[in-house]
Amino acid sequence: MKRIINQRPRRGAALLLGLLPFVLVVIVYAFASDARLTANPNDKLLPSFATLGETVSRLATEPSKRSGDIELWKDTAASLQRLALGVGIAALIGLTFGVLLGALPYLRAGLAPFVASLSLIPPLALLPILFIVFGLGELSKVVLIVFGIAPFIVRDLQQRVQELPREQLIKAQTLAGNTWQIMLRVILPQVLPRLIDAVRLSLGAAWLFLIAAEAIASTEGLGYRIFLVRRYLAMDVILPYVAWITLLAYLTDLGLKQLSRLLFPWYHGKEEHA
Amino acid sequence: MTARIEIRNLWKEYGEQVVLEHINLSVAAGDFCTIVGASGCGKTTFLRLLLGEESPSRGEILLDGEPLTAEPGPDRGIVFQRYSVFPHLSALRNVMLGLELRGAPLSGRLFGAKRRRARDEAAAMLEAVGLGHALEKYPDALSGGMQQRLALAQSLVMHPRILLLDEPFGALDPGIRADMHQLVGRLWRENDLTVFMITHDLKEGFHLGTRLLVFDKLRHDPDAPRAYGAGVTYDLPVARADQRTLERIEADVSRSEALAPQSAEAEQASETRPAAQPTAGADAGAGARKGATTP
Repeated sequence: MKRIINQRPRRGAALLLGLLPFVLVVIVYAFASDARLTANPNDKLLPSFATLGETVSRLATEPSKRSGDIELWKDTAASLQRLALGVGIAALIGLTFGVLLGALPYLRAGLAPFVASLSLIPPLALLPILFIVFGLGELSKVVLIVFGIAPFIVRDLQQRVQELPREQLIKAQTLAGNTWQIMLRVILPQVLPRLIDAVRLSLGAAWLFLIAAEAIASTEGLGYRIFLVRRYLAMDVILPYVAWITLLAYLTDLGLKQLSRLLFPWYHGKEEHA
Repeated sequence: MTARIEIRNLWKEYGEQVVLEHINLSVAAGDFCTIVGASGCGKTTFLRLLLGEESPSRGEILLDGEPLTAEPGPDRGIVFQRYSVFPHLSALRNVMLGLELRGAPLSGRLFGAKRRRARDEAAAMLEAVGLGHALEKYPDALSGGMQQRLALAQSLVMHPRILLLDEPFGALDPGIRADMHQLVGRLWRENDLTVFMITHDLKEGFHLGTRLLVFDKLRHDPDAPRAYGAGVTYDLPVARADQRTLERIEADVSRSEALAPQSAEAEQASETRPAAQPTAGADAGAGARKGATTP
């Protein structure tokens, strides 16, 4: 018998094993929900799958009586817009400063300690300041996301630039490259796929900051809705919303991964060989 | 005629540690210098000085009579043992890069007719190093030998005044290495190159170049192993050197290598070597140039 570290599942088996925990959770939920509803048909904590389905179809298809909008889509659009703006701006800042700090020792000496300190400030502690300075509108929510993840991306990309082999930078200089050209043609294209990696890693944090900002001051958005219906113990809304957010986050991550493979095949070649 | 490279009383020290001492050397255009020596004897430091990555502590290096720029530049090409090529560019783009950087200071990209010319030039260079079939491949898809061919093409397309090779074949299999020797020899003849090549393999150094430089310590103090640096202990026109000289140098180098943890024998070894040297020169024939031997 082989050692356990040498036993590998086949492709099909791996897929089934991966599904198993999901199936288990659903089954456990179904039993628990059923038990509670048998004891008390008005129980709101663990609604049955039928109730969940009804609520989802209402949220996704019928206009709300109060606003006339279809809530799920309106909330999704509002949240995704904030998230995209925040993450996009953070990525741009991260790329610019990451490349500059990684490539220019003088700039690094001047700014790296500052960026490191910035990244240690808990972003949520700044939220009140953001609300005071930028008001309760969209801007403060986007700024919170930017502030929450940009320092991480800057530091990560700076690190990646510094990890480029010394030989490459010397070689580029013997090929007549000046500082600007080397940043543009040697460093930048090589950190773009690493930027995608950094963004993927920071998406979880970006969602956290988004939901937090929406929970505190907003009139629409996925986080706003969850915290709104919390007062009515409306688990039939909260649970589908959480699942929906998870699905969106998963799809974004998957999309970025595929985008990276499509745009930077040279970067992913290595992984497959390894 | 001025020498291509003229080195006058070159010293390199890092704090207390002397790495290179008192090197005088004159290399004519068209010379193919191979550099051998024990590990840590300063041959890589010497190459980095030529490259401009490091500056001399004392003395000067002249390239065609002008002091060398203190940073790497297009007049000096380099091929390292690894990481010389850019993983994000295809072979063709790797070779075009130098032409593009030289032709477009701002964007680093060429367009239209200029781009086509650069493309053709790069493709011809790749053909010359035997990569005509792999223009669109990324370095990751090339074998180690092919990557070194690519790195050579990348440097040669710039027509550097000197070409520096830092153990370029150290990571390759013996069979591939023989192919690469042929290639480098041919490129050297066809392009009128002046080459400095570091190698660990003394045979390679002996057969590939026209001039063999052996770096080693001239003096040794067992109590202060860092006090003295290496100089050029042999400087031979190897095209005419014989087998016995090769063996003697090999013995010298491996002795220095073995003595790396300093011992009393070190002193003896370093005392006997200068005595051995004139004989080595005589063996090699009348043309042996005397290197920087006595401080």
